[in-house]
Amino acid sequence: MYRIALKMLMGDRGKYVGLIMGLTFAALLITQQSAIFTGLMTRTYSFINDLSQPDIWVMDPKVQFIDDIKPLQDTELFRVRGVTGVEWAVPLYKGLLKARLEDGNFQIVNVLGLDDATLIGGPPQMIQGHLSDLRRQDAVIVNDVGAATRLARRPKGEGGKPIPLQVGDVLEINDRRAVVVGISKVSRTFQSQPVIYTTYTRATNFAPRERKLLSFVLVKAADGVNPTELVQRIKQSTGLAAYTAQEFKDLSYNFYMKSTGIPINFGIAVMLGFLIGTAIAGQTFYNFTLENLRYFGTLKAMGTTNGVLLRMILLQALVVGVLGFGLGVGSASLFGYLMKETELAFRLVAEILFFAGGAIFLIVILSALISIRKVMKLEPAIVFKT
Amino acid sequence: MGSNGNAVYLRGITKTYVSGLSRVFALRGVDLDVHMGELLMLVGPSGCGKTTLISVVAGILDHDEGENLVFGNDLRTMSQSKKTAFRGTNLGFVFQTYNLIPSLTTIENVSIPLLILGQQRKSALSRSREMLEAVGLGDKLNALPAALSGGQQQRVAIARALVHNPRLIVCDEPTSALDADTGRIVMEVLRHTALAENRALIIVTHDNRIFHFADRIARMDDGRIVLVEPQVATS
Repeated sequence: MYRIALKMLMGDRGKYVGLIMGLTFAALLITQQSAIFTGLMTRTYSFINDLSQPDIWVMDPKVQFIDDIKPLQDTELFRVRGVTGVEWAVPLYKGLLKARLEDGNFQIVNVLGLDDATLIGGPPQMIQGHLSDLRRQDAVIVNDVGAATRLARRPKGEGGKPIPLQVGDVLEINDRRAVVVGISKVSRTFQSQPVIYTTYTRATNFAPRERKLLSFVLVKAADGVNPTELVQRIKQSTGLAAYTAQEFKDLSYNFYMKSTGIPINFGIAVMLGFLIGTAIAGQTFYNFTLENLRYFGTLKAMGTTNGVLLRMILLQALVVGVLGFGLGVGSASLFGYLMKETELAFRLVAEILFFAGGAIFLIVILSALISIRKVMKLEPAIVFKT
Repeated sequence: MGSNGNAVYLRGITKTYVSGLSRVFALRGVDLDVHMGELLMLVGPSGCGKTTLISVVAGILDHDEGENLVFGNDLRTMSQSKKTAFRGTNLGFVFQTYNLIPSLTTIENVSIPLLILGQQRKSALSRSREMLEAVGLGDKLNALPAALSGGQQQRVAIARALVHNPRLIVCDEPTSALDADTGRIVMEVLRHTALAENRALIIVTHDNRIFHFADRIARMDDGRIVLVEPQVATS
């Protein structure tokens, strides 16, 4: 009987394709929007991921997320170094500064100043040059995306391609000379500005005069010291905020979740996909059932039980659900693949597949329930009506 | 009261349809016997209750009052699930508009009653092939209903009604959508293939061109059987 159910479903090509398309669209929208949301939210802490060496981040107690810079006095670095269990502690400058390009245009850049001696906190991957080149005079390292886009030289004629910033090129940051000595690859962050690495001293020279310039203190716990316990000790000893890398990621993530419109905007898009999918699939499936009511009635008159009919309809619903889900997720994956070199944040993780699968399952079950109710209540005597 | 060995034994059957405040009396105390090995035609004007009566006999519509024994089984006291199982085993249906599932081939359509009874697909298809050959459609096993003429579709429907060897065949206007020649062929198939010692046929019809195929004709009017007359089959 289940083979018959499938043949009934696939025999009506128009409705069959319509059902699958409706569910595909719903799965695509749910998966794609969820993946973009996840990609965006991952960017809120990708900078912390890139800095794999420190166990602990120390900062002003009022800092709410990674880009919320509330500078400290340089002396705080020494207080942190004095806490028992700290193997090393280094300064990190992070700030948005204005860079002047060769053609006179200005561009806001995200400047990172690394400890002069150790250069801890450098980019995760160098494409050209070496991190140690930062020790040269006026040296900076630029990320590849920034070099190829916002910091690129404008084409002279119309329609020409921008010329990426290269090693040896010179730019000005707050009227101070900066020479590109390397090109790095970094994870995209929530801020889309180009990322420029330099030494801490040089970064504080680039930065406007302020009494406090130290953004973070990066700390490594000594061997055998539990970072979570060290966090408590640093807090107690210095009165500063201290987080393990994971805690700082969570802090940044939660800030964006609670304080921005991102979750609700994407939530609406996902909900819309769900509602549209339910409406299209539900209506099409119901129409399919209505048009086949005579045949369901015939089957009932010939001795098919309600239980078998129920399972036949559920099978039909599940088949279109699985196909729609597969096509929708496949389309979303293709979309993500095609967009991987762009600014678009797209991160398709297993949890999204489970979520989209659950949503599609719910849609087909809801759609099937309406049809099942109709068939269960069907009087088999309908077969004698012409 | 008992069925006295009749296939169908009806006494005082009533059925009322309620629509809003109005009540329509579809059956007003029908008494009727259908014998084994008999082809009985139920005739009468539109709205006289013929279809309601065969729906009650077939156990797909519950009546209000009276005794409805089919092969000695009182359908009124049966649970819905038992009635469903009873229909699957004992009844075959032939409909005016054939009711063949359009996306299934003829052989698949014919195999449905066997699949409902839980028979394996392979043996169901094998038996269906035999049945289609018996109604002269051995060369149309894999045709879809849309590719068949009206007469051929009705012969497929007859094969489907007979494939599980039921004891009662209920036909609703089996020839009204067919021309005279095709209707005659369909009736010949029904008479020769379906009728047997251990089986009864009830045919609801308006079509007086086929009356001569009946063993008896029961005339209905206004929810009652007004006359039961014998008819000599001519073929």
